[in-house]
Amino acid sequence: MDLFCKAQLSLWLVILACLSTDAYAVIASEKLNQNVTTANHSEFKTLQKQFHSGPEVTKACLECHTEAAKQVQQSLHWTWEYVQPKTFQTLGKRHVINSFCGSVTSNEPRCTSCHAGYGWTDMQQPPPTDETSVDCLVCHDTTGEYVKLPAGAGHPAYKPMESPAGSGHMQAPPDLTSIAQNVGHSQPANCGSCHFYGGGGDGVKHGDLDSSLVNPPKSLDVHLSHDGANLTCSDCHTTSGHITAGSRYQGNAHDTLGIDVPGHTDMSRASCESCHGPAPHDKAKLNEHVDRVACQSCHIPAFARGGVATKTWWDWSTAGRLDENNKPITLYDENGHLSYLSIKGDFHYAENVTPDYRWFNGTVHYTLQTDTIDTDNPPVQVNWIEGSAKDPDSRIWPFKIMHGKQPFDTVNKTLLVNHVYSPTDDSALWSNFDWAKALQAGTTIAGQPYSGQFDFIQTEMYWPISHMVGPADSAVKCSSCHASNSRLNGIPDIYIPARDHSSLLDKIGWGTALLMLIGSAAHAGGRGIAAVRRRRKKS
Amino acid sequence: MSNVMVFKRFERFWHWSQAALIFFLLFTGFEVHGTYSVLGFGQAVQLHTTAAWALITLWVFAIFWHFTTGEWRQYIPVKDKLGAVIYYYAVGTFTGASHPFKKTSLAKHNPLQRLAYLWLKLMISPLIWVSGLLYLFYNQLDQIGLGNLPLEWIALTHTAAAFLMLIFIIAHVYMATMGKTPLSLIKPMITGYEPEQEDAAAAPQQHNEETPS
Repeated sequence: MDLFCKAQLSLWLVILACLSTDAYAVIASEKLNQNVTTANHSEFKTLQKQFHSGPEVTKACLECHTEAAKQVQQSLHWTWEYVQPKTFQTLGKRHVINSFCGSVTSNEPRCTSCHAGYGWTDMQQPPPTDETSVDCLVCHDTTGEYVKLPAGAGHPAYKPMESPAGSGHMQAPPDLTSIAQNVGHSQPANCGSCHFYGGGGDGVKHGDLDSSLVNPPKSLDVHLSHDGANLTCSDCHTTSGHITAGSRYQGNAHDTLGIDVPGHTDMSRASCESCHGPAPHDKAKLNEHVDRVACQSCHIPAFARGGVATKTWWDWSTAGRLDENNKPITLYDENGHLSYLSIKGDFHYAENVTPDYRWFNGTVHYTLQTDTIDTDNPPVQVNWIEGSAKDPDSRIWPFKIMHGKQPFDTVNKTLLVNHVYSPTDDSALWSNFDWAKALQAGTTIAGQPYSGQFDFIQTEMYWPISHMVGPADSAVKCSSCHASNSRLNGIPDIYIPARDHSSLLDKIGWGTALLMLIGSAAHAGGRGIAAVRRRRKKS
Repeated sequence: MSNVMVFKRFERFWHWSQAALIFFLLFTGFEVHGTYSVLGFGQAVQLHTTAAWALITLWVFAIFWHFTTGEWRQYIPVKDKLGAVIYYYAVGTFTGASHPFKKTSLAKHNPLQRLAYLWLKLMISPLIWVSGLLYLFYNQLDQIGLGNLPLEWIALTHTAAAFLMLIFIIAHVYMATMGKTPLSLIKPMITGYEPEQEDAAAAPQQHNEETPS
């Protein structure tokens, strides 16, 4: 009886154990929805009214989110100003020149359509200080209805607009009430509304950021794909108090902190190592590459892979050409990509672009408006990157290198502010198609010294590639780098097996082997002839 | 006519598996070196590494065998008849002279072979071993205080050693065909048995003093 009791007890224990592990398994396998919030904004009285402008909505948001605007106004998304901690250059969109549209300065109402606020119309002045000038909706709209006007200094349309221009089709303005009642966490489409369209169009600027990442297949981006990790931008670009991790001005080229454990490291996941750790491969030999090769170099085999082309060449010097009727010209290449616009000049677009590779330690220098350029040795580097094999913080990184021609002052030897857009007069290139006039006006607005003499010079600009990470099996093959026609052919000061060899040693080695072979053959031949002769003699 | 066992079973196994591994290592190694692309670099590295470990294991067994059997003495250089053997390969083989050295199970290598194999075992092989292991464990070299050793030096040393091996093999393979018939020297390496030679039987054990007791 006693034995029976014991057996019964152990049976129950086993059943209990099974049940409890089962219950545990259910809890453990249930995937949390990362986008759940604790508030239904449509129930808030303050949002149940007709909004007439963006700032009105912001005012309502700030009634509850009292610190949000102050936080945003401290962020790079707001200030567009960044003092580079290594070079001490004052960078940010407010100050830099790039090799796309050139400069924000003098083109404000258009460029500031991507400012996270409303009404910044003069780069010479700091952004508006009023808290209601912060644009909450551009980052927190979940309806997809909120669209800033292309040249509205950050405002959306508030009245019906003809779209496209001249079509007669009137587009209703975004319904701000519905948008405000449906705010939520930022999704790739929010970040992408600016970051995918930089440089004047979808995919133009970065090459690894374009609209294909809104809903990408796993083959394009394992992180953002719904079939993949189903992450959002801010899962890696960790954001706290509206300050976002990750920078192209001072990158982290080699994250040695490894996996980002909350409370233990820097609370930033804007590096592969933050989640994958410093030795993520099964094969030891692959892990032994990570000290010198950035993850991105192998795991982003090409950029502009999602069906959206990126601009690789932009020659401003040819802009301004008009047809016989004095009308602007638009030309396309054989792939249907723009190849010429009178307002912008000549372009090259490309898809599935193999990156260029360089040593990079994360530090980026810029050629600012005030910096003298070496006009005798083009291309001028609009920005340039630090890094070398000797620097232990450097790794081999993939880049999109943007090429083109930009205006410069032939006397002062500076890159010039590029005044392309003006809503109020015909001072800008896009209205007058006259470079001399546009540059004169632009430099005056920017307060940039200008001799009045200009020409165009070839430039290049470095854009580190970090997005569009494909599945592991699509990573670059060993022989893409370990070969004589290596992807890393420009990378100096490192011995890469199969790419590198000593031609002297090879010559001596193969030469001696060949001599040995010829010598053996001659020796064998000699023996054969001698044997035949001896036999003849005998007979 | 009775046959004498000159190459024991382990020795034959060692010889032929070593030969196969070395040919395979040369084939994969020169792909890693970038001479051609057949298997793909990654595959070539993996197979090269596996074969290298196999060869190292074989070598460990072979070294053990050499010391426990006393066979290592077969590689001690001797001066006796060295000149005569060199003269034979340079002149005698053309004039129809017979080989001045008679193989026995106690002295199966002629004086020139002894030098050649000693060069292989004490120079080429260790150079390959050491440079290959440094190459394989390059990322861990700082742990043994060799962190400043450039990969280029290691790689080029390994390449140079591979060339030495290649050159050795060409000469070795050719000279293996220089018996009475092209296969007469190779056959004992397969069967283990050397047909007993009349004069060797008549004048036994010239190198008696060197044989292990």
